[in-house]
Amino acid sequence: MTTATASKPGAAGPTTAARPSLKVPVSLGVLSLVALVFFGFFGPSKTAEMKVSEQGDAIVLPALLIPGQAGGIVLAVLLLAMAAYSIYLWTKGERSPKWLPIVFAVVFVFALLVWIVAGAREPSISLAGLIAGSVTLAVPLVFGSLSGVLCERVGVVNIAIEGQLLGGAFTAALVATVTHNAYIGLLAAAAAGALVSMVLAVFSIKYLVNQIIVGVVLNVLVSGVTGFLFGTVMAPDKELFNTPPRLDILPIPVLSDIPLIGPILFEQSVAGYLMYVAVAVVWVGLFKTRWGLRVRAVGEHPQAADTLGINVNATRFWNVTLGGAIAGIGGAIFTLVTIDSFTKEISGGRGFIALAALIFGRWNPIGAFLASLLFGFAYNLQSILGIIGTPVPSQFMAMLPYLVTIFAVAGLVGKSRPPAASGIPYVKG
Amino acid sequence: MTTKDNTPAGDSPEETGNEVQAADVALDTAGGTLEPSLVPVSTQSGDTGHQQDTVLRRIVMGNGFVSLLAVFVALVLGGLLIASTDQNVAKSAGYFFARPTDFLYYLWGAMTKSYVALFQGSVFNPRQGFSPLLETMTVATPLICAGLGVALAFRAGLFNIGAQGQIIISATLGAYAGFAWHLPPVLHLIVVVVMGVIGGAAWGAIVGLLKARTGAHEVIVTIMLNYVALFLLDFLLNTAAFRRPGDNSPISPRLDESAVYPQLIPGSRLHLGFLVAVALTAGVWWLLNRSTIGFEFRAVGANPAAARTAGVNVQAATILVMAVAGALSGFGGVAQVAGTEKVLTGGVAAQIGFDAITVALLGRSTPWGTFFAGLLFGAFRAGAVQMQIQTGTPIDIVLVVQSLIVLFIAAPPLVRSIFGLNPGRKKRAKAAPKAAVATGGAK
Repeated sequence: MTTATASKPGAAGPTTAARPSLKVPVSLGVLSLVALVFFGFFGPSKTAEMKVSEQGDAIVLPALLIPGQAGGIVLAVLLLAMAAYSIYLWTKGERSPKWLPIVFAVVFVFALLVWIVAGAREPSISLAGLIAGSVTLAVPLVFGSLSGVLCERVGVVNIAIEGQLLGGAFTAALVATVTHNAYIGLLAAAAAGALVSMVLAVFSIKYLVNQIIVGVVLNVLVSGVTGFLFGTVMAPDKELFNTPPRLDILPIPVLSDIPLIGPILFEQSVAGYLMYVAVAVVWVGLFKTRWGLRVRAVGEHPQAADTLGINVNATRFWNVTLGGAIAGIGGAIFTLVTIDSFTKEISGGRGFIALAALIFGRWNPIGAFLASLLFGFAYNLQSILGIIGTPVPSQFMAMLPYLVTIFAVAGLVGKSRPPAASGIPYVKG
Repeated sequence: MTTKDNTPAGDSPEETGNEVQAADVALDTAGGTLEPSLVPVSTQSGDTGHQQDTVLRRIVMGNGFVSLLAVFVALVLGGLLIASTDQNVAKSAGYFFARPTDFLYYLWGAMTKSYVALFQGSVFNPRQGFSPLLETMTVATPLICAGLGVALAFRAGLFNIGAQGQIIISATLGAYAGFAWHLPPVLHLIVVVVMGVIGGAAWGAIVGLLKARTGAHEVIVTIMLNYVALFLLDFLLNTAAFRRPGDNSPISPRLDESAVYPQLIPGSRLHLGFLVAVALTAGVWWLLNRSTIGFEFRAVGANPAAARTAGVNVQAATILVMAVAGALSGFGGVAQVAGTEKVLTGGVAAQIGFDAITVALLGRSTPWGTFFAGLLFGAFRAGAVQMQIQTGTPIDIVLVVQSLIVLFIAAPPLVRSIFGLNPGRKKRAKAAPKAAVATGGAK
């Protein structure tokens, strides 16, 4: 049982403790050189136009005009400076601060955006639309990855996020249509997600079936059940069973008029606001409350938690159930906000992206939130790329979240470490 | 997970001295305790010593019998789902207390009608005789190959969720060799097979390499690689090299006649690939049960720390297992493009890679078990098409039955308790987890 203590995030190993890893400085350095060469020296000659406000906004700001090559060089120099700072810290034996890679990533993505847009057939995009669209696409991902955080933190691997999203989407569409009330649909979606989770919990906790197997199989089961019911119930009588009312968009007065961030933060449906609340609540709950401490103890060292009188399996069961309910709400977004009816496989692998976001966000609610935003951005960029016609094939954009995750788990982008007892059933005694 | 034990080594390979390696082993030993999840699925249940049991009880408690019961329960539940959407059943349920026989009659009718159609579409029907069985074997071929790949990895303690990606990559490479190169007959087919298998093996080896070198969890990596492969194929099918000339849809040219598996029985789609699958099953059986490498694979699966202590190169074994597993899935991809479909499309892998997981689980990760599980699920797939045409029952019911089967098989105590077969219920329920912990925990 020494592993749990020996593999604390800080202690990289007995001999490497003296010096921080070179990974961050080196990867930042390489990336900024890539940026300098591609975005700068071989940058496109056109000027990228990025519209900040939509027409008809209360406050209209002028569009950003960034010349492709010069802008690329300036941004690349900025990146180089950050890489140099990171290397400088390393020579002094210090770690790079946490914000550095995040700021670096934001600037890098912006440079990438300038490069893509300036190289496009039509070098103009709406920045506000791009970001707002990204957030919309990210909402289900955030809920899904929060579900994953809650499950994995308590020691149950949740591969079934996809199934929970799909179950939530289906139930939301069905119930909202039948009751003519989107909010009841939202609640029903949470219940459906929780139900899927309960199956996961019962099989993995009571019957000690391997959690990964249960998760994989549950995805197939939910896909089968929803597909079957779609074919037999929904498709023949769409009016009666598959025309859910939408969740209303509720803009907050004044605040939603702020350029750029207004439409993103303050012009959402209930589920959108719920997302921000959920991220905050889960973060505070996990890291600032007694409940969270217990949950993390169960996920890291169930024996110790048990010794202290925590009911390990009950904690796991209820956490997993709660996680499922959250993912169910995320699924409801598909049918109540994004699209106005259920279709087969509507979640389309988004559950696995949520899983990726959870890992990339290092099992932390806020990290998962940011990673979901990044992946939502990649999704949205991919569809916009098709419209403005860039040389970069959209498929490579689509691959990005998956590749990034592989790099993340392989330890090339920082170190991602799951909770120690994740995936391991707890047997008392 | 193994991530932790390996990360320090992966972090700074140059600094791992001898003393560190000793610490590494110590860590790994503890890591083993934390890892019953990697216990081969085949050893998850049963074999907790019932020597003094009667023959009858041994049959009732045996894995095979539980598997049969699991299939039965899953079929009944699937039938109930079908019946629940049947209009006659719903109508007669309204007057259930007046005439319960009506309800039961319609219930039975709804449940059996679909399954009869399924059987007729997959095994035998009066009009065509046994020719549906040939279709079942055709559909089963890639399932068996990929199922073997998943099963082999399971036996070595690795979750290969990546059969889907391995199939896609192998189908892509195999198909390219099939339509772009024009070679003499026999040689061409061999080149197609080799290209495909190398593709699958490479895609699998990436996973093994990342797992062995950096400790990246294979489940995550395989899931992500599935999507990477999918988008890669999508991209390639939109390039001039892969797209059919004069066609705008993403579909490749037909493979040359010299590049496809010969037909086995005229009038059916059954091709040589099926015999290849049989040979592969025998080969995997030999590999696992008779060869040194296979013994090492199983040793790594049962207890990586002990295997390392015994002198097995765990890292090399991990890479090799994933490469072989990928190669086996690769045969499945080749069977798709060079046997069944004869063209490359975005949906060439369908759901085969995911079905393969359930196939391997149903087959309890043994080669012949996987073979017959592949045939069963092949029958489901082949019959479902007929079922949908005849009775209007959506194909998705197959997914439901398939996943229920696997869920029940994975939890024998549940199946036994459904049938009241748990003599010492408490004792048995406890015995199973202990066995799992004991084999997984290296103490």
